[in-house]
Amino acid sequence: MSEAIENARTFLRPSKKLPTVWCGGCGLGILMSAMTRALARLGVEKNDVAVVSGIGCTGRLPTYVDFNTLHTTHGRGLAFATGVKLARPKLTVIAAMGDGDALAIGGNHFIHACRRNIDMTAIVANNHIYGMTGGQYSPTTPHGKRGTTAPYGNVEHDFDVAALAAGAGATFVARSSVYHAQELDRLIEKAVLHKGFSVVEAVSNCYTSYGRLNKHASPVDMLRWMKENSVPVGKAETMEPWELEGKFTRGVIVERELPEFIEAYDDLAERLTTSPSAVERVKSILKSFDETAERLNAKAE
Amino acid sequence: MTADPKGVLTGAHYLDGDHAAAEGALAAGCRFLAGYPITPSTEVAERFAARIPKVGGCFIQMEDELGSMAAILGAAWAGAKSMTVTSGPGFSLMMENLGLGIMMEVPTVLINVQRGGPSTGLPTLPGQADIMQARWGSHGDYEIIAVAPSSPQEAFDYMIMAFNFSEKYRVPTLVMMDECVGHMTEKIVIPEPEEIEIVPRKYYDGPKEDYLPYNVDTDMIPWMVKAGDGYRFHTTGLTHDERGYPVMNAECQDKLVNRLLDKIRSRVDEIVVLEEDQIEGADTVVISYGISSRVAIPAIEQARADGMKVGSLRMVTVWPFPENRIRDLAQKIGKFVVVELNCGQMYYEVERAAAGNAETLLVPHAGGWVHDSEDIYQAIKGGER
Ligand code: SF4
Repeated sequence: MSEAIENARTFLRPSKKLPTVWCGGCGLGILMSAMTRALARLGVEKNDVAVVSGIGCTGRLPTYVDFNTLHTTHGRGLAFATGVKLARPKLTVIAAMGDGDALAIGGNHFIHACRRNIDMTAIVANNHIYGMTGGQYSPTTPHGKRGTTAPYGNVEHDFDVAALAAGAGATFVARSSVYHAQELDRLIEKAVLHKGFSVVEAVSNCYTSYGRLNKHASPVDMLRWMKENSVPVGKAETMEPWELEGKFTRGVIVERELPEFIEAYDDLAERLTTSPSAVERVKSILKSFDETAERLNAKAE
Repeated sequence: MTADPKGVLTGAHYLDGDHAAAEGALAAGCRFLAGYPITPSTEVAERFAARIPKVGGCFIQMEDELGSMAAILGAAWAGAKSMTVTSGPGFSLMMENLGLGIMMEVPTVLINVQRGGPSTGLPTLPGQADIMQARWGSHGDYEIIAVAPSSPQEAFDYMIMAFNFSEKYRVPTLVMMDECVGHMTEKIVIPEPEEIEIVPRKYYDGPKEDYLPYNVDTDMIPWMVKAGDGYRFHTTGLTHDERGYPVMNAECQDKLVNRLLDKIRSRVDEIVVLEEDQIEGADTVVISYGISSRVAIPAIEQARADGMKVGSLRMVTVWPFPENRIRDLAQKIGKFVVVELNCGQMYYEVERAAAGNAETLLVPHAGGWVHDSEDIYQAIKGGER
């Protein structure tokens, strides 16, 4: 057994006994171990990691990992994580979310987090359904697929999570699946290393809620689907659009540099003390506040 | 402990209530504000955004009030004193994570510069109709602390009071301003840092392996840690045990919810701050808070000049409700006159506590402006024995 895997085990909470709340065959356990392997390889100090989540099956992930863990409200994990990171920049902050959590109720927080480029990582476990509430269609349920609230097939169209993140400005976007567990942990590792906001979409399987409604024979059948219906990014570039129909791409989708929020904010704070013109700007803003106050006061009197 | 001088703008200033509240926050040691623009509260965020980079901290404009409230809870867990500021519609959105703050026991402060409602209502005009929402707006059983300043000076002072309450009792604390106070400009005096009393966070410093995030002593208030200091913890909005782990049963629920209630309820007399004037021997007591207490002054003075025995009870803290004091007073006086910029909210609390022992009269106002003090005078006079 490799050292990384050994270390990854120490990232599970000794006081929180397994099994997890997750169903047998659920992909979320694979995702959790991929995440701990990635962090173990990076050699992070457990005390310096904060894992934040919202609500849903993925929301339960932080309970099992031995970091600073914060299980918040539905959709708000990223907004909460934003506060954690800004107040303590030395922390490695990871927000773990499901598709409904991240993209429906938390969709607004998601796109703005992508835009702001704060150095943290969002992991979106995309199992195409609301698992915990029993199988309602989500923003990533493909058109025509069933949910308990789409008993005749989904009439809506799904988000492409990675494309959404890229469009919203995330500076690192990657995707893999729980079938490709090792690739997934490499991508999470890269995402955490990336300076800026990173998104990893982990295509996962929810046999209990999605699989049964959509005629998958078993959790294994769903993993097989991931294997057969995904294409590495490089290969996808050589394929025709029709060949990629119904398939998803795997690998690093976006990787670019943009000033990171905290660095930019710190630079600004520094300039406000050192640059003469910036010092003047501070004075003039505070003076304009005072002048407005005096004007209003004179008016009132 | 006294204030960190970095945030304290000692001296005399002309400020409106919003600016004064921002200075109060900085003086209290607040170093993180997440907010979303909304009239008439935005000036608090504007001043904070202008001041904080040099003080050393961070302002972030979130995508909405849901995110603002979430971010300040996160910042508090990472060790910052944090706050947000909003008005009615945003206050409604913040109710979700206010509940999370109560459940996770997060010290943080939320200002609501109240305007006329419901819905968009009167964005630029005052109201006090969110006062019951402050108490009951989030779901589930809880207790909360709220204060109501009536001037820019109080906006400054009560911000410090609010931060101190939030740290002491580990509960989000609300500052229920209103548009009038927010936009009224007056002279305020900011004291020297060493004259400002600051309640420090109750940090745990025992052995790392023994830390339990929701373990409590007889004071019912758990020790907090800062993420990144080596005390790894779990916190959740789910019903949880002392380890912070979810426990889904009635027994754990009973224990947790009752502790959250009792840590405040058992200290109501210690928390409540009232300003009482000429209550001894009064026939009538005027109860008011925030801007309404200033509008009531001329009416009270006129009634006294006319020979009526009128006392004034101004609620500095609006929640928890001063149950015992009102109950007690009801035995001694003839009548309460409740003045508030709404159509009856605190009034019902007073009536309930008075329990028929004293008459309770409301001077209602739907908001948009302050009361005509003549209406208050008539209410005082009307039922005079
Ligand atoms: S309901 Fe679905 S997502 Fe949730 S634990 Fe079960 S298999 Fe996993």
